[in-house]
Amino acid sequence: MTVDSQESLEGQIAEWRAYMHRRRELHRTDAEELEDHLRSRITELTEAGLHPDEAFLIAVKRMGSLDELSREFAREHSERLWKQLVLPGEPDTPAAARSRRELPVMVLFAAVAALGIKVPSLFGIDLADDGSGAFYARNLGLFALPALAAYFCWQRRVSPRVIGVVAGLFALGAVAANTFPLAEDSQSIVLSSIHLPLALWLVVGVAYVGGDWRSDRRRMDFVRFTGEWLIYFALLGLGGGVLMAFTVGTFNAIGVDAEGFISSWLLPCGAMAGVVVAAWLVEAKQSVIENMAPVLTRVFTPLFAAALLALLVGIVWTSNGIDVERDALIIFDLLLVVVLGLLLYAISARDLTAPPGLFDRLQLVLVVSALLIDALVLLAITGRITEWGFTPNKTAALGENLILLVNLAWSAWLFLGIVRGRLPFARLERWQTGYIVVYAAWAWIVVLAFPPVFAFA
Amino acid sequence: MHITKDLVAASATPLVLGILTEGESYGYAILKQVNDLSGGQLEWTDGLLYPLLHRLERLGHVESSWQTPDGGRRRKYYRITSQGRAELAEQRRQWTAVVEALRGVWQTTQVLAPAWEAGR
Repeated sequence: MTVDSQESLEGQIAEWRAYMHRRRELHRTDAEELEDHLRSRITELTEAGLHPDEAFLIAVKRMGSLDELSREFAREHSERLWKQLVLPGEPDTPAAARSRRELPVMVLFAAVAALGIKVPSLFGIDLADDGSGAFYARNLGLFALPALAAYFCWQRRVSPRVIGVVAGLFALGAVAANTFPLAEDSQSIVLSSIHLPLALWLVVGVAYVGGDWRSDRRRMDFVRFTGEWLIYFALLGLGGGVLMAFTVGTFNAIGVDAEGFISSWLLPCGAMAGVVVAAWLVEAKQSVIENMAPVLTRVFTPLFAAALLALLVGIVWTSNGIDVERDALIIFDLLLVVVLGLLLYAISARDLTAPPGLFDRLQLVLVVSALLIDALVLLAITGRITEWGFTPNKTAALGENLILLVNLAWSAWLFLGIVRGRLPFARLERWQTGYIVVYAAWAWIVVLAFPPVFAFA
Repeated sequence: MHITKDLVAASATPLVLGILTEGESYGYAILKQVNDLSGGQLEWTDGLLYPLLHRLERLGHVESSWQTPDGGRRRKYYRITSQGRAELAEQRRQWTAVVEALRGVWQTTQVLAPAWEAGR
């Protein structure tokens, strides 16, 4: 065999190998085994006097069609069609050393988060005490989220400057949560317990994107991460619930009361550790499994659109006004959040260059009907506020409603342009990722400015 | 002569196990031996031997190990297990029964065959 033909043969084999590697059913070792076979066959044929090119063609032909081969492999190794989370990564990948460390480090940060919620007990503020509920509610975001942010700082190897910013924001949150003289039953304390975790979650986002928070693409990654994290956290919660139920039941059977242990250790520590574990799962599985949030979006967008249209029809048909008694504003705020979530996760999974389709029109219907309903609600609620004056709760609910309304209104406008083919889809993505700053600003305003503005009411 | 796919598939397991009783071997060598034993009559698609070997391994009839001969390529060798030997013995009993039955059929039809052929 000449050097030239040997080289071209190697090229052909490399190409063939690349084909094999593209098949999910064929593992690397299978491809290696088949390649050994192919080479043996080629050697035999060339020794019999064939030109390497011809030998290669015959050997490949005798190997059988790749489709048939992968079908047989799939039948034998059906588990391969179910993508599995491989721990700690295939041994021959270059990142293996780091990913091997990933697991213990994650466990460490999860342990820190779990123990974080027990630290106040050392200073006499125990979870089981009656008066401690408000303290724990105020500081909820400060137990697990710093550990999560620290985990991302370690994993992304972020610069000291970014670590400083993240740490500073957490410190600011801690100060805001604990220094204002808020009464335990004040509205501001509830608002702060809701908004501080949101604000701190976006701080985690800064660590998540490795400090590159100006980048649209990285922000979208954080949006995707958030959706998946929620799903994994909910799944972990379900599993944890089952674990607790069994623990209580089985210990009851032997006459030991485990409920105290569960309510003061297993539940709080487990929930805090779950925050970190869920984040790690999302990271570990992101390239292995389809994202769930966009799948749920696909299922629920038509259903929510139908429900909202039905509500609109109902309002017109019965000519009933919307009852704006208690909590009405909150539920419509939540509705807007859901609609926004559906919009966001549809965007997160969309091929930005694809032409507008039926699903985009459905989303437009969803957004427009949500907007119409919300406009009716706002109209009704402004009347009440002018009558009764501003309270922290009403102001926060109204502010959130306005923020979401502005977002959705402009989204609807952009959507219209997209559906008519005048605007590229990327415009909508940029608008949404840009708007995240507004959420962060609002959450911090509620946490920092509301208590003094409303005289700690 | 072309041997049907079903027959090839049915005989594959005892053939492979039988070849492996002579000592450990690898895919290509097993295939060569099948070819030699059948005088080139049994034609297998080369690639499909491997899913079969993997199935036998999963069932515990054979074991495999990667070996690198001096100056050679890494190669996966298969070795029969005692369970595989038992399986081979069982298959052999079944095949013997089938072959006996077929022999009986050939003997009775032998009388008919010339008449049938003469009728053509």
